[in-house]
Amino acid sequence: MTVQSSPDPVIAYRQRLMAACTAAKTAELLDALADFGPLPPYRDLRAPECGLVMLRGKIGGDGAAFNVGEATVVRAAVVLGSGEVGHAYQLGRDTEKARVSALFDAIAQKPNSRHRLTDLVIRPVEERVEAQRRVNREQVASTRVDFFTMVRGED
Amino acid sequence: MQAQALVLAPGFDDPVHESQSVFRAAMTALSRPGMIVPLHVDLLPPTMLTPTAAALALTLVDFETKLYLGAGLDDADDVQRYLSFHTGATMTAAPGHADFALVADIEALPPLGVFAQGNLEYPDRSTTVIVQVQGFDHSLHFEGPGIDGRIAFGISGAPARLAVDLEDNRARFPLGVDLVFAAPHAIAALPRSSRLVKV
Repeated sequence: MTVQSSPDPVIAYRQRLMAACTAAKTAELLDALADFGPLPPYRDLRAPECGLVMLRGKIGGDGAAFNVGEATVVRAAVVLGSGEVGHAYQLGRDTEKARVSALFDAIAQKPNSRHRLTDLVIRPVEERVEAQRRVNREQVASTRVDFFTMVRGED
Repeated sequence: MQAQALVLAPGFDDPVHESQSVFRAAMTALSRPGMIVPLHVDLLPPTMLTPTAAALALTLVDFETKLYLGAGLDDADDVQRYLSFHTGATMTAAPGHADFALVADIEALPPLGVFAQGNLEYPDRSTTVIVQVQGFDHSLHFEGPGIDGRIAFGISGAPARLAVDLEDNRARFPLGVDLVFAAPHAIAALPRSSRLVKV
């Protein structure tokens, strides 16, 4: 499933950042935080909390919607001293990861900080994910079997 | 997206335990009408909202309830944003459709008939009115369920029409509204079952 990128460049950037934060390992985000340099003053607006989200689906993508099941989601919101509010919603229960992601989302709203986030968070995570995908594709390709159908006679 | 000019204030530090304490205080206040229940909260809500009233809102109001903001609170942008963010409630401009109402002070309390009164099948589908007050006094007297005999209870600085309003509210029993009063470090309540008595 692909996400429609917003026409607003800041929102599109934040979407890309959020995808990277979600795909990142907690250690990667904590390293990025440590390498970020001086952080703006911030505090929890909504401390990380875990909850359940009911997933809705449709068989084959159409028909009546039904409840697929519940997924654990952790959410956090952080507010900077200058007023920007960052949010994070992620599957799982990793509260630290959610808080750091929300902080990055808030920082992403400061134009001067975006290049640091791109260098420290987005680019390394996207490269790692793409490298992993390449390895997976190659491994899967090596197991590929080509089937040939025998055309039988009449009847 | 530009940075918000108004900084959003945080809610409870420990939502589970703090909301439990506030709920217990509200429950005690409603079951013992006129009893002043101490309540100390650690909140810094937007200016027009008092910490006690904010605590009650954060505890009682959620995404399934409609909230009416009275005069003085309804045009304060930061109050709306604060409550929307932390409670998820939908605001309504119609007090007759509200599950909860927040009133800025006792002077601003409208005639209680404007709020949702409930219906005979579901008398609880009425508005619970949270009123910010300066303090309490002994200006009125009440009897009824939860009151041992009679209690002297009133709101400091309340206009004379409050007594009339309360009598009218009681006349609509089992319909009518329930009132929770939020003072600086305490709350008290008058459910619709309490009767005003002349001494």
